[in-house]
Amino acid sequence: MGDLINIFVKSAFIENLALSYFLGMCSFLAVSKSVKTAIGLGLAVIFVNALTIPLNWLIDYYLLGEGGLFGMDLTFLRFIIFISTIAALVQLVEMVVEKVSPSLYNSLGIFLPLITVNCAILGASLFMITKEYNFAESVSFGLGGGFGWFLAIVAIAGIREKMAYSNVPAPLRGLGMAFFLTGMMGIAFMGLMGIDPAAFK
Amino acid sequence: MAEVKEIIEKKESAFSFGKEEMKLLRDPLNDNNPVTVQILGVCSALAVTTLLTKAIVMGIAVTLVTAFSNLFTSMLREYIPKQIRMIVQLVIIAFLVTVVELALKAFNYPIWKDLSVFIGLIITNCILMGRLEAYAMANKPWRSFLDGIGNGLGYGLILIAVAATRELFGKGSLLDIKIIGPTSEYFLNTNEIWMLSWYTANNLIILSPAAMFIVAILIWIQRSKNRKLIDIS
Repeated sequence: MGDLINIFVKSAFIENLALSYFLGMCSFLAVSKSVKTAIGLGLAVIFVNALTIPLNWLIDYYLLGEGGLFGMDLTFLRFIIFISTIAALVQLVEMVVEKVSPSLYNSLGIFLPLITVNCAILGASLFMITKEYNFAESVSFGLGGGFGWFLAIVAIAGIREKMAYSNVPAPLRGLGMAFFLTGMMGIAFMGLMGIDPAAFK
Repeated sequence: MAEVKEIIEKKESAFSFGKEEMKLLRDPLNDNNPVTVQILGVCSALAVTTLLTKAIVMGIAVTLVTAFSNLFTSMLREYIPKQIRMIVQLVIIAFLVTVVELALKAFNYPIWKDLSVFIGLIITNCILMGRLEAYAMANKPWRSFLDGIGNGLGYGLILIAVAATRELFGKGSLLDIKIIGPTSEYFLNTNEIWMLSWYTANNLIILSPAAMFIVAILIWIQRSKNRKLIDIS
């Protein structure tokens, strides 16, 4: 259990997907103009990350691995299989959410298709492979990674909303300032590297 | 009249290379740069730019994948059903990325190891989906191919600019050749001025946030020269 909490904290704060690896930056910069939309996209990322990473783990272990169903090493198919899983799952989630809860669909709906091409999702799945997590650890990693991304985008959106009132040099307005802010937040998050993950054991 | 039309169609279908085609190649380098103007493909632009070699390899890989995914999608564009086009496009991209990854693994293992997951992340590089949706789904194969090359080069240009700055000031070298800073303790006095031996490599520039600042400064420079790109809102 301690290990799982440890991985959650590590993936959410110390190895934050958005601010240490800069994954999912395209939608991160495009959607962080207001806090409300940022929360919508952040929640969608948590949701999809928490579902796809364990699912991809199962597929990788039981289908693609050497001890899997086909009995041979199919890991060269990882990219195609992972991205198809993500695309299919996002489509499925979209349909289910639309049927079950139209209000959630309205607040989340626009962001769901965007998520298929969010590098944070595929990146997290690939990190899950390189870090050799087991199933329980990959669940915790998925939740933590999504949560960290959510925190980062909401924080940046808050700062950018305030930034609208300040006097920024014209060529830096908008995008340029967003880059500077994200860089500074990245430095701030690096301060968390000092945390000893063993403290959570 | 019908004859004239036929000739025009014939001319368009050939691999012509005129002003329009040149524009397709040149536009993404400045006015419509994928990274600094369209904000696409930023993630990998930041992660692989610690060394110039990595950036060059990544630039070539992305150029190949954009060019060929544009070409294939454009060839298939009339047969792809609208509802599942995202998945079809992703499969085309994933196939090409797998080919590039395996080739890199076979021919240059150390670089493949260095780039780790970021070669795989070309799949979700927004430049690819962006160009497929915006250009290849509506244009002829040859032009889409050129558009892909142009955008790949525009991306590579930014990557090389950022990586050169980071490697030069963060490590004091370019392409792993020492340029500035002290080379060794047996340093010759005569070279000292040339090599700026007093320069101590700044570790902050190697860390990922510094890439953000460098891209921001590039955007600043580009927009102050090219004022029509400035955000009005």
